[in-house]
Order: sequence, then C-alpha cells, then structure tokens
Amino acid sequence: MLIKELTEVPGIAGREGQVRELIKEQLKGQDLALSGDAMGNFYARWEGGQTPLLMLASHMDEVGFMVMGYDNSGLIKFAPVGGIDLRVVPGKKVYLGDEKTPGVIGVKPIHMQKKAEQNRPFSRQDLLIDIGASSENEARKKVNIGDQITFSTTTEFISERVMKGKAFDDRAGCAAIIEILKSRPPVKLCGAFTVQEEVGLRGAGVAASNVGPALALVLEGTTASDVPESPPHRYSTTMGEGPALTIMDRSFLANQKLNQRVMELAEREGIKYQLRRTSIGGTDSGPIHLREEGIPTIGLSLPCRYIHSPASLLNMDDLQNMIDLVKTILQDIAEGGFPIGTTY
Amino acid sequence: MDLKSFIERISNSLGISGCEQEVAGEITMAWEQIADEVRRDNLGNVIALKKGKNSHKPPLMLAAHQDEIGFLVRDIDKDGFISLDPIGGIDPRLLPGQEIKIWGREETLGVVGARPPHLQKPQDREKAIPLEKIFVDCGLKKEELEKKIRIGDAVTFHQKMGWLNENIGYGKALDDRAGVAALHQVLLELKDRTTPLDVAVVATVQEEVGIRGAITSSFALNPDLGLAVDVAFASRPGLEKEMTLNSNGGPGLEIGPHMHPGVLEKLKEVAGEKEIPIQLIGVPHPGGTDTYVMQMNRCGMATGLLSIPLANMHSPVEVIDIRDVRRTGRLMASFCLQADVEFVEGLKCL
Repeated sequence: MLIKELTEVPGIAGREGQVRELIKEQLKGQDLALSGDAMGNFYARWEGGQTPLLMLASHMDEVGFMVMGYDNSGLIKFAPVGGIDLRVVPGKKVYLGDEKTPGVIGVKPIHMQKKAEQNRPFSRQDLLIDIGASSENEARKKVNIGDQITFSTTTEFISERVMKGKAFDDRAGCAAIIEILKSRPPVKLCGAFTVQEEVGLRGAGVAASNVGPALALVLEGTTASDVPESPPHRYSTTMGEGPALTIMDRSFLANQKLNQRVMELAEREGIKYQLRRTSIGGTDSGPIHLREEGIPTIGLSLPCRYIHSPASLLNMDDLQNMIDLVKTILQDIAEGGFPIGTTY
Repeated sequence: MDLKSFIERISNSLGISGCEQEVAGEITMAWEQIADEVRRDNLGNVIALKKGKNSHKPPLMLAAHQDEIGFLVRDIDKDGFISLDPIGGIDPRLLPGQEIKIWGREETLGVVGARPPHLQKPQDREKAIPLEKIFVDCGLKKEELEKKIRIGDAVTFHQKMGWLNENIGYGKALDDRAGVAALHQVLLELKDRTTPLDVAVVATVQEEVGIRGAITSSFALNPDLGLAVDVAFASRPGLEKEMTLNSNGGPGLEIGPHMHPGVLEKLKEVAGEKEIPIQLIGVPHPGGTDTYVMQMNRCGMATGLLSIPLANMHSPVEVIDIRDVRRTGRLMASFCLQADVEFVEGLKCL
C-alpha cells in the first residue's frame, strides 16, 4: 500500500533521499518528465492539456531527531529536528541512520524517581537512546553524529477507515499527488515534492521558482483537534469531515476568489470538505505565494490527529476526498471554469 | 522451545495482574514439553514439577512472576475516547504518543493522544500530563467501540519484542518475563539430569499488585528452600551506581534480610565452579519481590534472590541481555543439582 511505504521510510529535513527514491520508483514509466534540484526537491511534470502550468506541492520531510553525541556508557544523545514536544518521546522505539538501526528511548524508572520529578516532563538531558552498545566506542561503530533518527511506527489500519502511523504530515500529501499524476489529468501539471518544510518552509520557494506555475495547490497534513482537552470552538479541523481549505495561517492569506470556486466545486460534486479553523502553523503555501511576482495558491490540508507524534491518525476517506477534490479542480481548469489568471 | 523464542512469545502475550490467562497458557504449553507435570492453582500460578531422587522430601521452589504492569479501561466518553486506570506503578509521562492494545472481545489497537506542539502554549510543555488527562483514541465512535471493548478490559502497550543486537532485547513485560525465561532455562538445563530433590518451578501471578500469587503457591508446595528471580535496575547515567547492576554482568545476588546467608554462600560457590559471573548488591529492605512472602510461608523458608539487570523498568521498552537470563538459569540449575537433603537441613540454623 502506497501510504504505508511512504510513511514507513525515514526522511527528516535534509535527509529526504529515501522518500525521493520511493516516489521516483512510483512515477517511472508514467510518461512524466522527472527531475530534481540542488536542494533535493523532486519534480514530475505532466503534459496533459493546453492549460497554464499548474503545480501541486507536498513536502517529503518529517519531524524527527538527529544524533548529537555519545554518553560514555554507549547511550546516544540526540536533539529534535522540527517541532516535537519532548513529552511524546520517552519509551519509544526509534530507527537511527539510513540503515534503520533500532534503538529505544529509555528513562529513569518510576521506582527511583522522587514524587516531585513526575510533575515536570523529562528534559532532553534525561532522554537517551539505547542501541545495545556497551561503550562509546561500540556506539560510534554503529551510528554517526548527524545521523537521522525517526520513530519506528508501523502504518496500519486500527479501524475500518482510520490508519495509525508516523509522517502522514506530509507523506499523505505526497501519496495524493502520486495518485493524481497517475490519473493522467487533462492539464499541464508539475508535481513538486519539496524538502525541509519542517525546519522553516525552506524547499518550497525554490520549487516554485523552478516550476514557475500559474497556480499552485499545496496538499498538507494539519492538526485535527477534535479530541478531549480541546473545546469544540477551538477545533482546527475534524477528522473524517474531508480535506480542510485554508483561509489563513501564519504564513499565508488565501485568495478568496480561488477558495470560493473550490467550495462551489466541492458542493456541486458532493465532496466533503471543511474550512481550517485556526490561523496557527505555517505551510509551503507561505513561501510559494510570495515567489516571482506572486503565485496564486490554494491550501488544502488533511486532518491528522496527534500530528508530530509517533502515532498519528488519518482517516482514509479524507485522503480520498482530497484526491477527488483536486481532480475536480483540475477538470474545471481544463474546462476553463476556474478563475485562473483573473484572481483580482 | 529455545530460550529466545520462549522469551519473545511470553513478552508479547497479555498478562497484566489478575489477567494472566494468556501468558499462563503459553508458559504451560512450553513447560509441558520439558517438565514431569504442570498444573495451575486457584489463583492462576503455573507450577511445573521436575522429579528428583528424594520425592518424599519437600521440593525446592523456584519462582518468577508472570504478571505485568498495564491498565484497565476506566471509561469510554461520548466521543469514544477512553480513559485508563493503572495496574502497577507506571510513569504517566511514558504515555503520550504511545501505541496500546485493548484486549477486549476483539483485540483493538489505539494510540494515546498527544496534543501537537502547534496547539500549545510554550508553558504547556513545562508541565507533565497527569493520567487523568490522558486518553486513548481507537479511531472509532462510542457505539462502534462498545461492540469490541468494555469497561474493565485489560490494556497493555502494543509492543512486539525485538532485538537491538544478537543479545540485547527490548519489549514490554520483561519485568518479570525475563525471570520466567530464566526458569525456562533451568528446565532446559535439567531436562536429562536428576536433581537430589524435586524442583518446583513456579510462574507466579499478581506480584505487581502486592505479591499475592507467591503466597498460595508457597503454601501448596511447603518448601524448605526457595529461590526467586526478578529484575533489577540496569545502570544508567543519573542512577546511583550502588543500586544498579551492569548489563551482561551476570545475575545480581541481592544481599539483605530475604537472602539466607547459607544460600548466598552456596550460590557464590556454584557460580565460581561454573565460571558464571555474578554481581553482589545490597538491598536493605526486603520488599518488592516474591521472596518477601516466600520467606514467611507457613513455618518459614530459606530464600535467595537472583536479579536480572533490566533497563527502563515499567516502560514499553524494557531492555535485557539474553546472556544474563541464560546465566541466571544456569546458576539456578547448577544450584539445584547440588542442593541435597543435607544442604537444606543445614540451612535450619539449628
């Protein structure tokens, strides 16, 4: 299953190589022009119709960690790469390096803690990875400073439509683009698989300049906060209610005409969608819409519960609805219905 | 069954305190192949007997607890989110982002919810999340969930045992399935040997909630001598050195009120003869293991305690070195081959 393969490979920011190879493998032999750039972004261009050039963008990188050093007992010191709450780290199994050396993140046992210690989270210094090495020298032979570290979660269904896994943000977006490209849509289109989103939206701007599209659609994973300890009026999105259309986030204010047409199309086709009801978080839409003389951009996000944790949840109906909605938009562009080029 | 396959099977099985049926079944099945008889008592203890030369004398008792820490389903809220009650001592800070399994009418997987950093205030991260605010999400609505699980169902970490290298394994419940595995090694070592006395090998229940299974099994067997094997803290930066054991350093012999001096001397002597490395550790308070109740059984029993070094105790990633498990089993087996009527009588401080 594509989403399983895509989410289980390791690929933190700056180490997206294995994700890129997997995507390349998927897109070979599909009459696409495949290319890359110096930063690591990967492009798949499709000539399916006489439309202006469009871009679909999703990022390949995930949040994870990096090897920082060694304790003389042979345990590994590490630091987060991207936004991770250290409270989700204790007691997890991880993979180190491209070869996926297994390790576990241990902590001081509860029996040896003072009561007050339990009121504050473990600090970075409390958390060390055990790779089974009994000395610093032995550890150095197995992992190197700078090696990437990712969670080891197996992607699988936990109920009929809900999958558990890591890195749905944003491998689910990558999967959507692959599906859409394979469906041979009637437009001129470039799928852009970007790098380094999680450390400051760094690959997408370069991708936008390389592609130079007339319109960009950014397919993302976003927070679904329809969970306890979060009042309903504060939900950003709700799992199972379809892809969420961005109105505003920290990096981007959406174009109202474009959003209007997306909503009309979704309602016409009966495709479930929702509006993203928070303005926090940045996405690749930010740098993309500010490139060149400004690129009209639409942001669609998949609701993902417990995003940036080792065990997040994604509803596969939401993914299918996102794919259907994007295909509908592309069809509309091919038919000349979409307000492309006349956005203001 | 070889030692590694056995420890994997029992680590992966369900056996929170009071709910040991599944792991007990695995243990019974394996021990029926290598012991003379295996039975279960009313509390659920698995008792395997290996006949010796003097079957009219009380047996030697070897014990390790088969139960593990975990949770029970406490409640299911209107949106299908599940709250938990702990069984045994668990640090709630290990829970966010963890995968768990609910052993209901159907085995149901879930994840422990963790609010994403995007939705938090910076000061939130400075606070640990207490168990009352922790919930499990199975991706199901309340009505769907109630077809599969109900309040009171057992919950464990969803962790399959694996290996960091050839010898170092991680998994859930290795406290004290590593000890049960050491008992398995004893039975393997004694398979074609005859001990002076009968040896009763017991996988006890309900240790984590107050050392209960060892009470009834000790009563039934009424031994004069018993050894328990449990786990002890493996050394780690930040832990007091004197309170820990080194991994791959061999079994710890826990010196304290629950360790009979004669048993200690014999264990040291046997270890020396068999060239099995041991680690001595002082334990000032005799609590927290099966020896605590064994020693006080009926008219009293001479006891000894062996410990397997284990890192990250009571977490989903407990870590052991299989060489320590094997050595612990070999040491106990060699001890059983030497412990005759005369030795046991000599322990009675007459």
